[in-house]
Formats: sequence, structure tokens, C-alpha cells
Amino acid sequence: MKMTAAQALIRCLAEQGVDVVFGYPGGNILPVYDAMCESSGIKHILVRHEQGAVHAADGYARVTGRVGVCIATSGPGATNLVTGIANAYMDSIPLVVITGQVPTTMVGTDAFQEVDITGITIPITKHNYLVKDASKIPLIIKRAFYIASTGRPGPVLIDLPKNVLQEKISCSNPSDLKLLGYKPNYKGHKSQIAMACDLIMKAKQPVIYAGGGVIASNGSDILYNLAERISTPVACTLMGLGGFPGCHPLSLGMLGLHGTRYANMAIMESDVLIALGVRFDDRVAVDFSSFAPKAKIIHVDIDPAEIGKNVKVNVPIVGDVKLVMEAMLVRLEEKKEEQWLAQIEAWKSEYPLKYEPSTELKPQFIIEMIREITDGEAVIVTDVGQHQMWAAQYYRAKKPRTFITSGGLGTMGYGLPAAIGAQIGDPGRDVILITGDGSFQMCMQEFGTAVEQGLPVKVIILNNKSLGMVRQLQEFYCDKRYTATIFQKNPDFVKFAGVYDSLGLRVSEPGQLRSALEQALKVKEPVIIDCIINQDENVYPMVLAGQPLSQPVDR
Amino acid sequence: MRHILAVLVENNPGVLTRVAGLFSRRGYNIDSLTVGRTESLNISRMTIVVEGDDLVLEQVTKQLHKLIDVIKINDITSEQYVDRELVLIKVGADPVIRGEILQIVDIFRARIVDIGRRTLIIECTGDEGKINAVIESLKPFGIKELVRTGKVAMLRGQKFTSISETKEDE
Repeated sequence: MKMTAAQALIRCLAEQGVDVVFGYPGGNILPVYDAMCESSGIKHILVRHEQGAVHAADGYARVTGRVGVCIATSGPGATNLVTGIANAYMDSIPLVVITGQVPTTMVGTDAFQEVDITGITIPITKHNYLVKDASKIPLIIKRAFYIASTGRPGPVLIDLPKNVLQEKISCSNPSDLKLLGYKPNYKGHKSQIAMACDLIMKAKQPVIYAGGGVIASNGSDILYNLAERISTPVACTLMGLGGFPGCHPLSLGMLGLHGTRYANMAIMESDVLIALGVRFDDRVAVDFSSFAPKAKIIHVDIDPAEIGKNVKVNVPIVGDVKLVMEAMLVRLEEKKEEQWLAQIEAWKSEYPLKYEPSTELKPQFIIEMIREITDGEAVIVTDVGQHQMWAAQYYRAKKPRTFITSGGLGTMGYGLPAAIGAQIGDPGRDVILITGDGSFQMCMQEFGTAVEQGLPVKVIILNNKSLGMVRQLQEFYCDKRYTATIFQKNPDFVKFAGVYDSLGLRVSEPGQLRSALEQALKVKEPVIIDCIINQDENVYPMVLAGQPLSQPVDR
Repeated sequence: MRHILAVLVENNPGVLTRVAGLFSRRGYNIDSLTVGRTESLNISRMTIVVEGDDLVLEQVTKQLHKLIDVIKINDITSEQYVDRELVLIKVGADPVIRGEILQIVDIFRARIVDIGRRTLIIECTGDEGKINAVIESLKPFGIKELVRTGKVAMLRGQKFTSISETKEDE
């Protein structure tokens, strides 16, 4: 049956199981939008800015584990996606990004709304396609989804010239997926796994260092069994939060620059470090040469390029983290290093996460209250900055895919659109965005999308009228010269909710918080809670540049 | 240390940009890169000469492998291989000194491929050392223009850089 390539595209998306796409129309992508209204089964979420579409698709993918799809037109539509694509690439999130392009006859002529988006996105996509032959669309769609979702996941972009979209093709289901140069390795090497298990059994002071790979491979349950079997404490990266329950006795919380002191001390004293789906990022290791100096390191990751990139590894294992952990469990016997666990407990009680109890509204208190009221069953989405670190430290995420945050790229403005995607991906859960007044203002136009779609996202703004994290850096590194980090004029966020006919609440004292949160959670539509906090509040612990992980600045 | 990588890639548009871009953005130093078709229609082959220690080379290889269009990478540096470069050199050659130039061309088993009124174009193939030597020898006559291809290389004997690596010749 002949149809236009745009119609074939929609059909192929449906065949891939896509039921929602996030997008923003424009001239060159118009044939796709035209084909969409004829199709059933795919819901389109109209955002307010293309960046919102790609972050929403990203949030959707993180919550569901499925491929997120977004659509934009050529030129500015495509360039507005760039930050979101880079964000997904850094955090290994599967996306298929579809862009319109000027007709092939015009490509390369600096035509209206033309930009070389495949060229621009080479460094920030897992792969991308500029489609010149309409008949290849079914094959390319199939490959794009395959590449995005397998191996180390990531974004794949498909650029579609307008005339290609209008061509008539016969939509066949391509059976040949063969990619000569793409064969991810899932099963870890047997003898390497055996070597790792030997090392673990002999370890006196083992630590598990778990990252986003645990969640991406759906391996959280296996990690739970593994940690309990060998009674080994687990430190999570920002991306790994929720991969191991934050309130489990073996949990060390988050490690790294703003990690718990006990997690970092455990890492520094460990004799065997079991690194699972992590990449020894600079915000974790802080200083590569002094990271885990006493440890033999076992590193499991699906991406061979991550192994040995930043830190020398003793037992490299390339494979799917879940499958490798399963293989390890077959070999590992129960063990418990009592002395080590006692030491960990001692550190925990000596250096707990703490903040001064106060009559003023403390950001840490807000996060703890959210945790208490939701019992850790909500999906928490964050933006980037101080609020993000407080959320990472104090929320103690319980389940995988319930702590959604921009890790690698650190994209302010990610939160609100990601929360929209998360709510669409998991309509049954409370979705709570924890954001700052700086981050929120970067994408706050998407509040309109949330209201329009009737999404009950709860926006908690930790409002200190400044760019708190940068201000904190200035306090430590710039002699308190607070250049360009204080907002002289912020909008009234309660009124902002009001202009969308939504509920806005202001909380400036601790006593008002519980009732505000409970009231907001009862409302089945978006609510903003503007929480006024002190500008001088800092994120602690904080490892200063050049200092060892175990000696942070603390209060 | 310099390494020679034989890289098989799918002959898709943009593959050269992907490979070259990877080198520049990750800060690896390319000495030379040559690319051309192979015995298979849809596969091209690159010979990349890259400078770096073992750690850098490990990263280069792994990062190249992450490109979907890259099929196979062979670091042939430590193996037995044949490598060649081709150079075209236009030298100033007034009739009076042509005899001298012809002698040099003969010694290097190079060839004259064009004669102008005041110039000659000399073609020479060989490994890098030979090419450098012929250039040095011709410098005194005044090199007006020079173009060289960069290295192509192939393993000797029964070893292959091909998709079906195990294939033995009969």
C-alpha cells in the first residue's frame, strides 16, 4: 500500500509502541503533523518551547524505561533541541528525536530555517540520520529505536527533509536490522566475573559504588540481593539514586562532591570497590589520582570506553550490569565483615547529614517533609543547583525511576518539562518537582503545558532569590564577591500560578509547610508552592577543589 | 608513539566527519588520515596515523568503536605490514639542470609525470622515509608545489583487516 513517507513514519512509530510524542510544529515538519491527525494511538503533547519537548521526552523515558520521542521543525526548532539532546546523551537516556529539514534541493543553500542539525548533533547523539531516500524511512526508524534503546542507551536523531516526507512510498516492515559495526556485549566475560567474585569474597572492606547503569539495566532488585548477600554498603551516584533504597541499613546515600561524609570515607578506606554502571565522573571522584587509593577496583559497564577512562581498574567487566550481577550472584556466597560494618556505623553516627534546627524554613527540612508525606512513593524531579543536592541528600529515594535529575550536563530548566514527561509516563504517581527560583525561570513557560494537559505536577520552588549554587562557589572561591548571582527582581510565583488559573501557595515558615504540601497533593492539577528560604544556606558537606574526598567542608 | 590504525567503516555520508570530529573533540592528534573504497561496495577503509601512548590509543580505539558506522579497527603498528605514501612534487627545472633532477628521480625509482617549460612534476611512492628523502633531495632545485597522500597500510601474509577476519586464502 502506497502512502506518504510522513504517514509511513507515523505508522512506524506506532509499530515501535510509541503512544505519546512531545513536539512543536513548523513549516518543514508539517507533513508529519498532517499525518498525525489521521492516525490514532499517538498522542501529541504540544509544548511551549522545543527544549520543553526534548526534556519532557527525556523525563518520560527515565520514568518508563521506554524510548522517549520528540518532534521539532527545521532550523530554530532543531537548534532549540540541542541542550536537551546533550542532556540525554550525558545521562544515557534513550530518545528518538525527529526534526524537519528544508527540501533536499535546498539543502546547503542557507535556505529559510535551514540548519545542519545532523552536523551539529554528531558529538551529542549516539547516532543520527539525514534521510534522503524516502523508502528507507521504515528501516531507519527501526534502527533508530534499536540503537537508542540497546547497549548504552542514548539519543538518536532523524532529520527529514520536507520533500522526502511528501514522497509516496510503500511501507514495508523491514526485517533486516543488521548493523555491521554495532554489537553491544551484554554478557560479561566469565573468567573476569570469576576473578571479581574471588576478590569480593576475600575483601575485608568492600564498598559498592552504584550508578545510573543499575537503573538503566533494570537491575535494582539484583543489586539489592547482591548487597545483602555480601553485606556490603552501597554508595549511589546522583544518577544511581533510587537504584538502592536510601533508607536501607547498608545504604551510604550519595557519594562525591556533595556526598555524605560516611560514603566518601568508606570509598577512601575500601579495599575492594565494586563499581556498577558508573563512569568515575569528576563530580564523584573529585580528584582521580586520590580516589579509592587502597582499593582494588572492579568495574562493570556496558560501554567499554568508560572502563579505564578516568581511573585505573583491576578487574574490567564489559557487560549489562544486571546480567553481570546475576552471574556474580551464582558464585558469591554469603559473607559479612562485622568489623567493617561497625566502622561504617561509627562513621554514620559521627558524621551524619545534618542541618541546624531553626525557626526559619530550612530547605533540608522541606525535602525531609516531602519524603515523609509521600513515604518515598512519589516521583521526584529536580532541576539543577543547591535544591538538587539537598533533594539528593535528604530525600533518600526508595525506588528506581523515581528520582529524575539532570546529572551529567547539569541543565538548569530541565526540571519542569521533565516532570511533565514523568507525569505522562506514570500518571498514577504523584510527581513532585523540586526546583529553585533560578532553574524554574529557565523553562517556566512549560507550566502552561502542564495546565493545558491537566497534569497534576507539584512544583516546589526553593526560593532564595539567587543562583544559590554559584553563589556558594563564589563564597568559597571568589572571596564572597557575589557577581551576577542575586536576582533583584523575581516574579511573584504565587501570582504566576494564578495567571494560569492554578493554585499557588507561599510558605515562609516551617509550620506552614505540612498543610501546604497536603493541600497541594489533594489537588488534581498543577500547583506551585513558593518556599522562601535563606540566601546564606549552603550545601554541606562540600569537598573543595584539591582536597581528598574524605575531608569535606562540613558545618 | 605513533600508531597505525586500519579502520573499516560503512560507506555512509558523513562518516569521515564523524571520525575526524571525534579525534578533534577528544583531543587526539592525527598525523594523517586517508580514506578510500575497498573490495566491498559499501565499505570504506581508513588508515589513521595517530600519536599517543597506550592509554590514549586504548581510548581512541574504544571511542572509535562507539561510532555506529565503524565496523572494525586494527592497530597494525606492532605487526608485519607494508605501508606506502604517494607524493607529487612540482620542481623548478630549467633545461640546464634537468639532467641532475632526472638522476635523482632514477635513484629513488620515482617518475616524471609532467614536463612544463620551467617545471617538472615528479611522482614517487614509498614508505615515509623514502618520501622524506626524495623531498630533501629535490629541495635545492626549488619545490614550487607539493602534495602527499598520507599513509596507506596493509598487513603482510595471512593476516587480514576485513570483515570476515578468519577467511583464509586458498
